[in-house]
Amino acid sequence: MNLADLFTVAAVSAGAVFFLAGTVGLLRFPDALTRLHALTKADNVGLGLVVLGLLPRVDDVLAGLELVAIWVLTLLAGAAVSQLIARAARRGGPPV
Amino acid sequence: MIEALNLGTALVILALAVWTIAARDTFAAVVGFVAYGLLLTLVWVQLRGIDVALTEAALGGGLTGAMLIGAAARLRRTEGAARAQRPGVPTRVAAALLAGCVTATLAVAVLGLPDPAPTLAPETAANIAATGVGNPITAVLLAFRAMDTLLEAIVVLFALVGVWSLAPDRAWGGRPGPLQRADPDGILAYLARVLPPIGVVVGVYIFWIGADRPGGKFQGATILAAMWLLAVMAGLVDTPPIDRSRLRIALIAGPVVFIAIGAAGVAFAGAFLAYPDGFAKLLIKVIEWALFPSLAVTLALVVAGAPERTGT
Repeated sequence: MNLADLFTVAAVSAGAVFFLAGTVGLLRFPDALTRLHALTKADNVGLGLVVLGLLPRVDDVLAGLELVAIWVLTLLAGAAVSQLIARAARRGGPPV
Repeated sequence: MIEALNLGTALVILALAVWTIAARDTFAAVVGFVAYGLLLTLVWVQLRGIDVALTEAALGGGLTGAMLIGAAARLRRTEGAARAQRPGVPTRVAAALLAGCVTATLAVAVLGLPDPAPTLAPETAANIAATGVGNPITAVLLAFRAMDTLLEAIVVLFALVGVWSLAPDRAWGGRPGPLQRADPDGILAYLARVLPPIGVVVGVYIFWIGADRPGGKFQGATILAAMWLLAVMAGLVDTPPIDRSRLRIALIAGPVVFIAIGAAGVAFAGAFLAYPDGFAKLLIKVIEWALFPSLAVTLALVVAGAPERTGT
């Protein structure tokens, strides 16, 4: 196991911890806004760490850029959708 | 390890399927269904069916999910009344019996399949070079099973005719869906400005790559349709009146080209949808190029719904 492998294992594991923490928060937090807060941490940091960990393993630069683009798009979608859900929750839309 | 993951995924999918059926709230059931579609995408990836995974994610999870959420929002007002008219015990027992019989028949049929299952894969792989297409899925869809693909493309058009036929008489020829009013400085309008340029590139790329690698017109067209629907929901553009002749031509152009090439096959290659020697790849490309925009417009309008507003 070389240094790149160690880095991958460490970063992906750290990402998994964030996903686990986000899921626990989603299940345990008391209201919609705090649950959204927990969920976006999993997406932003968790997925970011997973992508970071996978970067040393890609075959070429283009594949690495694709991974980073997926993360950036997830950030964009997560930020926008959680704002929309939060607004709907505040207006008393679907049950929260 | 992988076996344990596969088993876990299968159990989660089964549990989610049961939960989706058992959920009393329509909106919750729809959310369950979308999550079910995304998990199914993982299964297709695991089975190395990347083409199917893309289709399931785009059409099964995304587009169908959006349609069902729209339907759930419309049903919300009458849901309480509908729930009050709960069918009696005999009806429910009969429904359970019928569903049980269908499931049992399916189970018997699937378990009765010969092992290994009969397959045409070796013959397909041996003849794939004749089509000139690199992605075996595209070759099967447009050369060996072109009739199925033609009917699929036309069935989407029929679905749109079905949706439009729900229009009240006064709105016929008008604009589909309600008038969307979103905050022009809000996050939805921002997303609808930032995402479509990226989404259009990704959609066209997935269509373009479909000849040689996983991808294709249905998946690409779904992404284009989603980008347009996002702009509609954010109030940046309005849906077009459905009596516009340019719109109607865009809808039927793809199927018409497909049928015309198929009919030409009778004269030049001896059978409907047969391609003359050496022209297979060219004709497949022409069909794909013609179907792609038509499918994008059709899928977008299916989700946009029946005309509701008299618009000019």
